[in-house]
Amino acid sequence: MTAFILRRLMQSVIVVVAMSVVVFLGVHVIGNPVYLLINPQADQQEIEATIRALGLDRPIWEQYLYFVRGALIGDLGKSFVFGEPALRVILQRMPATLELAFAALFMAIVIGIPLGLYAGLKPESPFSKIIMAGSILGFSLPTFWVGLMLIMVFAVMLGWLPSTGRGAAATFFGITSSLFTLDGLTHVLLPALNLALLKISLVIRLARAGTRETIHQDYIKFARAKGLSQRRIVGVHLLKNILIPIVTVLGIEFGNLVAFSVVTETIFAWPGMGRLLISSIQTLDRPVIVAYLIIIVLMFVVINLIVDILYSVLDPRVRIGERTQ
Amino acid sequence: MSLAEPEISTQQEASAVAVETPLRRFLSDYFESPIATAALAVLFLLVCLAVLAPVISPQNPYDLAEVDVLDSRLPPGSEGMTGYTFWLGTDGAGRDLLSAMLYGLRISLAVGVMSGLIATVLGSLVGLTAAYVGGRVETLIMRIVDMQLSFPAILIALMLIAVLGKGVDKIVIALVTVQWAYYARTVRGTAIIERRKEYVEAARCLGLTHTRILLKHILPNCLPPLIVVATVQAAHAIALEATLSFLGVGLPQTEPSLGLLISNGFEYMLSGKYWISFFPGLLLLATILAINLVGDRLRDVLNPRLTR
Repeated sequence: MTAFILRRLMQSVIVVVAMSVVVFLGVHVIGNPVYLLINPQADQQEIEATIRALGLDRPIWEQYLYFVRGALIGDLGKSFVFGEPALRVILQRMPATLELAFAALFMAIVIGIPLGLYAGLKPESPFSKIIMAGSILGFSLPTFWVGLMLIMVFAVMLGWLPSTGRGAAATFFGITSSLFTLDGLTHVLLPALNLALLKISLVIRLARAGTRETIHQDYIKFARAKGLSQRRIVGVHLLKNILIPIVTVLGIEFGNLVAFSVVTETIFAWPGMGRLLISSIQTLDRPVIVAYLIIIVLMFVVINLIVDILYSVLDPRVRIGERTQ
Repeated sequence: MSLAEPEISTQQEASAVAVETPLRRFLSDYFESPIATAALAVLFLLVCLAVLAPVISPQNPYDLAEVDVLDSRLPPGSEGMTGYTFWLGTDGAGRDLLSAMLYGLRISLAVGVMSGLIATVLGSLVGLTAAYVGGRVETLIMRIVDMQLSFPAILIALMLIAVLGKGVDKIVIALVTVQWAYYARTVRGTAIIERRKEYVEAARCLGLTHTRILLKHILPNCLPPLIVVATVQAAHAIALEATLSFLGVGLPQTEPSLGLLISNGFEYMLSGKYWISFFPGLLLLATILAINLVGDRLRDVLNPRLTR
């Protein structure tokens, strides 16, 4: 187990290094780094002074090391727009994004698994067919358009829920989140549903496929023969086994949720880091863009690592498979 | 198997020998599903509408002489200043929404198909090379593919646009970069199986060049999974372009795709003028859904493991 984690950890480090090279080269070779690091309003003298100060006249490998050193101590430059360190600007908005992603993940599980289980246990019932048709639709619906329609129906026409912003936040066990207040919950409901829609469809499919495969296994028959109740068979024996692929996929999808929150945050004016990225691209606030990219890459690598470790705990075959390779 | 069955199947074969080519079998398999048939018909219709947009649309929405600002934001079915009826209403600049949608569909499909074609060619070549050369080259290519696929497409696209800037060519580059890895993985997966087959060995014995073996012998056998991936990816590319354009980091206002039309309607949404965003979105949904349904069916029909 330790060897497995160590090996995975090493792979993650390689990915981070590779991505840092890609981001660095992307910024310094394709784009002009002067524009990245210097305020566009600066005059020629200022530009030359900064080029020297930042070491942009040195060889590229030296510049890369400089970039890495800055990244390691959390210095990614100052935001042109906010005048604050780019990293701090991003980190301030991270809780809102994570909150939204968690709310969406929760919805995907709570709505997706029961519907998928039902569709898997009673594949012929009309309700199951509706569920499956809905999941195909869910895959095809453009997220941003659904967001607009949700605002249209629930905020404009019915006036039930607020359409923009994050609600009041409260602190609970040291965590400040808008999920702890009623106002916050009403604000998060529409964006989270919008973000969760694709994942709900995915979980439905996974749960249904898993159920249909597992229900014919010997241990389920044995559990039946032992006289266990249907509820116990489904709730314990079946659910435990279909959860393995769902946990993995949802783990990977969490990163996806964070990335896709770019869209949802823009529509619902949610003050997260995705919306910040879009406005930074539009205002060419490059230090913030680079900081966002670095943070999101790290986040992905960590998520993938956790998922792999979790997976190996849930399914020992993964570890054994790695060892025999 | 019962005893009666062989007789029937020989009879069937006798009558089928003359007609049953792989293409015909594929077509008859495909059209067994009414939903897939309908989806293909819808897709065909949409492509025709897109291609013929300048001919059939009631108004050229980008010809200033034909557009009257006084007609802006009219609800569906209302009559404009020139006595013309706007069946789907008008947008903020007074353009006929139906015409704008037809032009938008044209741009959306064009960008999707163009990036799809480039990505298919590029990805297939890389995948083929990886499978044929093997060794370190293959490991390196596949590591890059795996690494890229561990990030969501929208993130890669945003990264590229953040670095490259906006514009039509940049969007195509972003869409190609996002897609090539899927093609490379698919082609390589099939090609490593094909590579070991006897016909490849035979071709080698004949002294054919590597390029010829790759392109004329191995590639045609990789086509079925490639077609399936290409269909699914086309839908993804169109959705991604629409999303990027909606976010304001995609196509410029001079190339108003469906995503951009929806984005333009966003500001009128809160005052209840739903149609400017609603109808283009519906058209986008129909396009993506039709392609996805066709892709689903192709996967079922072309997958040899599912052959009944």
